[in-house]
Amino acid sequence: MDEIRELYQEVILDHNKNPRNFHVMENADAELEGYNPLCGDHYTFYVRYDDSETKRIAEVSFTGNGCAISKASASIMSAFIKGKTKDEAEHYFNLFHDIVVGKKSAADHIEELGKLAAFAGVSEFPMRVKCATLPWHTLHGAITGEDTTISTE
Amino acid sequence: MAREIMESVHATSHVQRSFDPVTVRADFPALHQDVHGKPLVYLDTAASSQKPNAVIDAMTDFYRNDYSNVHRGVHLLSQRATDLYEGARSAVRRFINARNDREIVFTRGTTEAINLVSRSYGRDHIKEGDEIIISAMEHHANIVPWQMIRDMTGANLRIIPMNDDGELLIDEYKKLFNDRTKMVAVVHVSNALGTINPVKEMIEIAHSWDVPVLVDGAQSTPHMSIDVQDLDCDFFAFSAHKMYGPTGIGVLYGKEELLEILPPYQGGGDMILSVTFEKTLYNEIPNKFEAGTPNIAGAVGLKAAIDYLSQFDLDEIARYESELLQSATERVKEFTGLTVVGNAAQKASVLSFLLCAVHPHDIGTIFDQKGVAIRAGHHCAQPVMQRFSIPATARASFAMYNTTDDVDRLIDAIEYVLEVFS
Repeated sequence: MDEIRELYQEVILDHNKNPRNFHVMENADAELEGYNPLCGDHYTFYVRYDDSETKRIAEVSFTGNGCAISKASASIMSAFIKGKTKDEAEHYFNLFHDIVVGKKSAADHIEELGKLAAFAGVSEFPMRVKCATLPWHTLHGAITGEDTTISTE
Repeated sequence: MAREIMESVHATSHVQRSFDPVTVRADFPALHQDVHGKPLVYLDTAASSQKPNAVIDAMTDFYRNDYSNVHRGVHLLSQRATDLYEGARSAVRRFINARNDREIVFTRGTTEAINLVSRSYGRDHIKEGDEIIISAMEHHANIVPWQMIRDMTGANLRIIPMNDDGELLIDEYKKLFNDRTKMVAVVHVSNALGTINPVKEMIEIAHSWDVPVLVDGAQSTPHMSIDVQDLDCDFFAFSAHKMYGPTGIGVLYGKEELLEILPPYQGGGDMILSVTFEKTLYNEIPNKFEAGTPNIAGAVGLKAAIDYLSQFDLDEIARYESELLQSATERVKEFTGLTVVGNAAQKASVLSFLLCAVHPHDIGTIFDQKGVAIRAGHHCAQPVMQRFSIPATARASFAMYNTTDDVDRLIDAIEYVLEVFS
């Protein structure tokens, strides 16, 4: 498989074309904008927690526009992160980052990565890392109480 | 008069070489390399051009043999460096047909040239309630400096609108003038759309209101011959790096009588005649605007680029590039789902497009894997993107060293994008 097919895997193209959880959330517990001004990727993320003691992430949704990598990353993240605690979200935020910058091998974490493993090919494209990580940085900011727009440029 | 005759003899005698893109390509070493295992196709000249050996060698030779600081030095190397630096100024003057060398100010590039005019002219000549006219297709470099002056003075910006093809509406432009209009700043060739604006006509209209005009020539200088006297522009700004010269140097042309009345832009060495703690006497133009040690090697490189271009008939290059752009445009339009952004009747170099719902950054990445270098994004012209309600475009831009083979590779790359995203 060539590098382009590694990058634009079926699952990424599918989530780009039909993004999941792609809508505004009324009564969100947290809401934050992610914007990369140089390339124009621009999203708003919404988070709702459940009523449990640990406040698990009940739902993440998003709206906005950007390239296939950023949109698929947002879509896959929004589905993946559902039901996770804040600590778990933090763990996956760090793991995802390490995978797309090539610091860790996706093969070593294949089970816990699930669909996130599709982004392993991004590490071959340093210019596109910021696209894949924008949704994660924004979600991380929303969860940790940031209130200014997040950028990964 | 004698000088004018000399000039015209000089200008015609410059054409020494008939234009042939294949032999031109051989002069540009960076074009002959593989990218991701494919021969490079460079379609990003609108962002910056590649450099011919003549430019690279001139700069290297200068650093190896003649380098020193310019002006005031009494030693031989300083004299040589000064001669080369001032020789470059004369070369620029001939290249754009300015009246004299005093009208040529070296800057870091187009952006600094525009900032110089906006700051210096704005400081004394733009007041609260005054108006500055710019167009809807300006590069940020010809928007932001004027916004800064607007915010400092309380002046207003008026915007010349454009139609869906990316052409300025000249009738609307005429209506923008009034007694408060103090400056027109307009791009000659749009970097995002490729539109060639009718600047000569626009200057005539502005002058009928006694309003000076600055022309942003960053994208026009590499693609057409420029005659500032024929245009009758008051200021003309351009960069060396887009016309096969080095980065970090550009030119502000200004009519002598205007440059004389503008205050200096920056203070420092070289721009003074004498300094005491009480009072400083400024140097004459153009030195008044060149504070500090200038980009001497850059000027040497710019002169080499001008000499390189001047071997050819620039009109012949313009015709060739125009045919290449036209044929590329016709061929890309055959793809269903491809939209060309910018369909002006008069265009140069730039082919901006959208491809189905594929984001331009994805197009750029996939093209790159095929060895085809284009630019994707807003091209530092966000208001243009807003005008067409799009976040970005993919932009292929053509130069004298591009060929129909490059267009074939562009077409193959588009096919590959469609295949990946099918």
